[in-house]
Amino acid sequence: MNYFPDEVIEHVFDFVTSHKDRNAISLVCKSWYKIERYSRQRVFIGNCYATNPERLLRRFPCLKSLTLKGKPHFADFNLVPHEWGGFVQPWIEALARSRVGLEELRLKRMVVTDESLELLSRSFVNFKSLVLVSCEGFTTDGLASIAANCRHLRDLDLQENEIEDHRGQWLSCFPDTCTTLVTLNFACLEGETNLVALERLVARSPNLKSLKLNRAVPLDALARLMACAPQIVDLGVGSYENDPDSESYLKLKAAIKKCTSLRSLSGFLEAAPHCLSAFHPICHNLTSLNLSYAAEIHGSHLIKLIQHCKKLQRLWILDSIGDKGLEVVASTCKELQELRVFPSDLLGGGNTAVTEEGLVAISAGCPKLHSILYFCQQMTNAALVTVAKNCPNFIRFRLCILEPNKPDHVTSQPLDEGFGAIVKACKSLRRLSLSGLLTDQVFLYIGMYANQLEMLSIAFAGDTDKGMLYVLNGCKKMKKLEIRDSPFGDTALLADVSKYETMRSLWMSSCEVTLSGCKRLAEKAPWLNVEIINESDNNRMEQNGHEGRQKVDKLYLYRTVVGTRMDAPPFVWIL
Amino acid sequence: MDEFVNLKETELRLGLPGTDNVCEEKEVVSCCYNNISNKRALPSALENEIESSTRKTETSPPRKAQIVGWPPVRSYRKNNIQTKKSESDHEVQGSYVKVSMDGAPYLRKIDPSCYKGYSELLKALEVMFKFSVGEYFEREGYKGSDFVPTYEDKDGDWMLIGDVPWEMFVCTCKRLRIMKGSEARGLGCGV
Repeated sequence: MNYFPDEVIEHVFDFVTSHKDRNAISLVCKSWYKIERYSRQRVFIGNCYATNPERLLRRFPCLKSLTLKGKPHFADFNLVPHEWGGFVQPWIEALARSRVGLEELRLKRMVVTDESLELLSRSFVNFKSLVLVSCEGFTTDGLASIAANCRHLRDLDLQENEIEDHRGQWLSCFPDTCTTLVTLNFACLEGETNLVALERLVARSPNLKSLKLNRAVPLDALARLMACAPQIVDLGVGSYENDPDSESYLKLKAAIKKCTSLRSLSGFLEAAPHCLSAFHPICHNLTSLNLSYAAEIHGSHLIKLIQHCKKLQRLWILDSIGDKGLEVVASTCKELQELRVFPSDLLGGGNTAVTEEGLVAISAGCPKLHSILYFCQQMTNAALVTVAKNCPNFIRFRLCILEPNKPDHVTSQPLDEGFGAIVKACKSLRRLSLSGLLTDQVFLYIGMYANQLEMLSIAFAGDTDKGMLYVLNGCKKMKKLEIRDSPFGDTALLADVSKYETMRSLWMSSCEVTLSGCKRLAEKAPWLNVEIINESDNNRMEQNGHEGRQKVDKLYLYRTVVGTRMDAPPFVWIL
Repeated sequence: MDEFVNLKETELRLGLPGTDNVCEEKEVVSCCYNNISNKRALPSALENEIESSTRKTETSPPRKAQIVGWPPVRSYRKNNIQTKKSESDHEVQGSYVKVSMDGAPYLRKIDPSCYKGYSELLKALEVMFKFSVGEYFEREGYKGSDFVPTYEDKDGDWMLIGDVPWEMFVCTCKRLRIMKGSEARGLGCGV
């Protein structure tokens, strides 16, 4: 099979970087498996409990970059108790013991402690890049260790984490010799920031490309920071609130004009909208704009800003933009690829929210659109059919109608036909989230047409087990299936147990599955971890004579090569 | 049968509680019956929420019941958006609004509804920030001073204080700003 020496093959493999492709290569033959594993530098583990650190290190001893994901997706919406798991500590301990040359660690939905961060900072001489997304369990003390000990730190990227802010001096823990920073994102920190330390740090970081500030950085400090870093590409403005005196504002305007490399803008956590015009001169260069936390930017200020952004590829916005605002986006942003419209009023009943009209306008105006997340008040089948016709290239389509079970508001019909049109037209669809009134019919369509679908999110939908069966039987590439409040039960769950070996995980909460159904599944599939999360009375399930027929509140199952995990809390039963 | 009556009370519908659109109701209800008979009962917290809101005699739209984890928005995002929303709502409801003056090291807060009219308000501001505001003219704005009092209205626009009736001002004013210098002169000179 091998016409070339190993070194040549390895060199060829160097050009293959995607995880999917490298995984495929390793399956070709034993020799390729061996060459591939020694040359693999970046490893992605989508479920930290699918394997363990020992196996990881045995297979990939030359590991440089590790990505780990912990809690299931629905943990984002408070459906998973905090103590469920996803601890990074054992991974860092094992990596430290093995002396692997770790340079990058990317974590999502994991529990990270200050102890973990300190150990990380001390164990890897060449550590360069730390990216934490939706993690929790640590404080600014942990950040101080990273700042102090990682001599070659390039990226410190904290996205939407719950970090206890001790208002310490973590920023001043970066030694004066640290000049290598490329990314510094601390937007999610709530506390005060040592502005002097921050300015000095930015001034001595000539490679800094991405800077995202937190709320505590006021407008005049922003002006000084931008003056130090005109090379900035990605900027997260902190608080834009304090009305600047005219001098600071002039300085800001001047600094902004010099930032000709600026391509991505976010933040505006507290905004004085009239100061937005300071950014107009660079808007024509922007490819990414995230105003989804800027509750005070709306109306004419927002529209004026967007009208300057003709090259925008990514836009994250609040629904206060309204349908009219979306029409402006549709006519201005012809390069738009990704749009996210978040709800601004989470208590319900917002009257500035968006409707199906905004979505249709966007689909008509933006031919390159491939990813959408859209929270809206109402939807119709006709609109979805039009959207499908306008945009057959969707890769990600996530629609959330705020009121569960809401039908087509014109015809009062379920939205089966609308979503059916989407899956039929969008042959590359990989991710889909459903909402509104839906029957089994929509799942028939999904099973029939959504051949590339990898992730499906279902809530308050379907009538019978047939719905779930259509999906399990039809979607050959399904990886993550998450279902809540839908009438699917044991029949669907148990119909094809081997299917779960081809999937990363299945989540079912407030459905019709019973304890005995889950037990039967666990018996049939010992290579699955079948977890029951039962937060209410722990003993009720056992004492109750009808325990078998008891409905399971939350079921989370996933394939694994390392069996039952040892760190589960008492309210999690692993069958 | 009783079970079903209760379900009807607690189901999520499109209309206001108590509206009797019988035909629409029947259609929507039958859809929901199919779903509900196969579904488990809604979590009890949800039922209690809906029951208590339907018992109220309301003219305003019904408060949406709070379902756990719905809408599916990350808790981080929920926490960060809601605090701001409540802050700005507060400012609009005739409560305290922030007052800034160009060049002043910190802002102040006042409650405009405490004052009887523009002259009282302006006098209070003059004392607070130690400046004087000049004289107001309907067409030309404020003359005789480097300082011009402005306010931000609900739409986010900056308006000259004194143009609209006092009551309207109190309702629409979100924050105040005393401009000074060249920026102020541009505004104050009836342009």
